[in-house]
Amino acid sequence: MEEAFAATGAFNDKLRADGYWVFAGGLQSASTATVVDGQGETPVMTDGPYLETKEVIGGFWVIDAPDLDVALKLAAEGSKACRGKVEVRPFDGLA
Amino acid sequence: MQGGTAAVERVFREEYGRLIASLVAALEKWQESGVPPNPGGWLTTTAGNRAIDRIRRDKQRDAKHQAALMYQDDTPHEPTGPVEDDRLRMLFTCCHPALAPEARIALTLRLLGGLTVAEIAQAFLVPETTMGQRITRAKKKIAAAKVPYRVPEATDLPERLGGVLAVLFLVFNEGYLATGDGDPVRAELTGEAIRLTRILRHLLPEEPEVAGLLGLLLLTEARREARVRNGQLVPLGEQDRAGWDRALIAEGHDLVRECLAINRPGRYQILAAINAVHTDAPTASDTDWSQVLALYDQLTRLDPSPIVALNRAVAELDGPKVALTLVDRLPLTGYHAWHVARADMLRRLGRTAEAKQAYDAAIAATQNSAERAYLLRKRGELV
Repeated sequence: MEEAFAATGAFNDKLRADGYWVFAGGLQSASTATVVDGQGETPVMTDGPYLETKEVIGGFWVIDAPDLDVALKLAAEGSKACRGKVEVRPFDGLA
Repeated sequence: MQGGTAAVERVFREEYGRLIASLVAALEKWQESGVPPNPGGWLTTTAGNRAIDRIRRDKQRDAKHQAALMYQDDTPHEPTGPVEDDRLRMLFTCCHPALAPEARIALTLRLLGGLTVAEIAQAFLVPETTMGQRITRAKKKIAAAKVPYRVPEATDLPERLGGVLAVLFLVFNEGYLATGDGDPVRAELTGEAIRLTRILRHLLPEEPEVAGLLGLLLLTEARREARVRNGQLVPLGEQDRAGWDRALIAEGHDLVRECLAINRPGRYQILAAINAVHTDAPTASDTDWSQVLALYDQLTRLDPSPIVALNRAVAELDGPKVALTLVDRLPLTGYHAWHVARADMLRRLGRTAEAKQAYDAAIAATQNSAERAYLLRKRGELV
């Protein structure tokens, strides 16, 4: 756990140094999650993570990469650093 | 130019001790002016792109002519210009790991193989709409996820290569034994797979699996014209070996020798070696089956899949009873070749009724017209 922390910190430093860094953060555990569904008349709050899965999202990186190959390479390094799988998705335009 | 002549002859004589007819014109030219240091480059630049243009224009490609030109191009040379670079970029993009495997094959067949969506759908036995959606989704993903349109960096190439080799192998296979009920053998697909593999080989001359795949494709392509006679598939043991392309076989054998020297075996190299054992035999009965079997054993260690096990069982030296026992264990009831193998073994064991049923199952499992014609005849021969 501490190794993952240190390795991820080093990875984040590298992202900053190489100019890919936009934003990143680690999330607290799934037990702290609340799901909000505001699609009906009144919003519904539910305890627990959105997906009832064994694997939960631990954190995310927002990076600025020129193409998918660069993003995948960084994701591989990040995955190794944080000892988990990483899903890569492009932004659909920025606000 | 005595020294020049000897050098040229040594380059081409190798073990077969014959000049290859398709190179006679080049040989005559070289005897005048000496062996150029980069023969492939000379052929490409002085011929200009005339030969390549002619192939592109000529839809009814003459397979032997194409084979001769492919042989002339076999020494390494710079890919000529933007057209070839573009095809390579497209190939690596179509085979990008971000795409699902079936999407990679479909895209490659559509964008590089020039098949219609209907033809690809037939090849994979899915509805045309499904295949159309698959291709559209893949193209959308490439755009949205920003898959770059380029040949990977040198450091990434070896990793990305496996996916490309697999796709090229499948494209060749689709040409060599077409899945649908159109032309049973499609020379434009096998030729395209070979052409792209050659370019890959230039890009990665040190990668033995690329050499292995090229050797495999050449040794298989060499037998293509002997494979179908009167619309019927002719199995390896019955083919007229005089109809085999000796130039392609010579080149294929050279590649296998090169791979053996490198000694980093892989799936395509072993398959190439198996083909080399077959193409080395002057007649079917001269085939060194024990060497074939040993190679299949090696392949099984690398790839213990049921299809490899099936092919190994066909090479079995201990008779059809042992072979049938091995084959019956395999979960391949949807695979036409499994039924064909069983049918042949049952026939040899005199179990005629079961053999007929197996032939029926094989016929039902394939739409290839030449294969069906062959199977119908074999079934008809059973009394």
